[in-house]
Amino acid sequence: MTLVAELLISFLLVVGGIFILVGSWGLAKLPSLMTRLHGPTKATTLGVGSCLIASMIYFPVFGGTYSAHELLITLFLFLTAPVSANMIAKAHIHRQGRGIDPNPSDNISDGLPSPPGTSDWATFAGAGKTVAAEQDETGGARSADEVGGE
Amino acid sequence: MTGSILPFALGFAIICVSASILLNLFRLWRGPLSADRILAVDTLTINAIAMIVIFGIAYATSSYFEAALLLAMVGFVGTVAYCKFLLRGDIVE
Repeated sequence: MTLVAELLISFLLVVGGIFILVGSWGLAKLPSLMTRLHGPTKATTLGVGSCLIASMIYFPVFGGTYSAHELLITLFLFLTAPVSANMIAKAHIHRQGRGIDPNPSDNISDGLPSPPGTSDWATFAGAGKTVAAEQDETGGARSADEVGGE
Repeated sequence: MTGSILPFALGFAIICVSASILLNLFRLWRGPLSADRILAVDTLTINAIAMIVIFGIAYATSSYFEAALLLAMVGFVGTVAYCKFLLRGDIVE
């Protein structure tokens, strides 16, 4: 039983370490922000979840105590990682729509294509999307009614 | 108490997370945009949580989990605050 638990913990630790390394390698290597978002949000979260499951197996078997802290951390990370990635992507596309963040130098465009139909994307509703319109409106970086739903 | 496999797995995981932290620091240093740096800090927080959990297994103490839980919460709130600052120019309006 102890040997099986130890093998399982070791397997989960190795898998978690590999996933964490792959996620951070993607963060360092991929060419633009929208592609860089994929690595930490998926691979690193999975690796941390694997390490936490290993810890959740380790302490009841070897330490004798069981605590729900690992489960809380796993739940919290799995809930918050997509939200924070969505916030980063939203901040990026709004800044890029205003011409604050330039396109990356390797010719991979991060800009959103226009949706089919006449209306613009919902996240740009109420926002001056183009750079020229923004400069006509305020002339500054701050615009109070940029995001409608927030 | 433990056999012979677990220390090697722990060492491998610690090496992997340390290399990941170095890669995150590289992106934090290089990142051409502000959003890149926010993403690097967010990933750095997650890697720090993984490092704390692995050290908790290595030292067989469960008193590090409060630190990991606190780091998860503060990291998420910090990321959202940075993004709100980029979006609105202000955090609490």
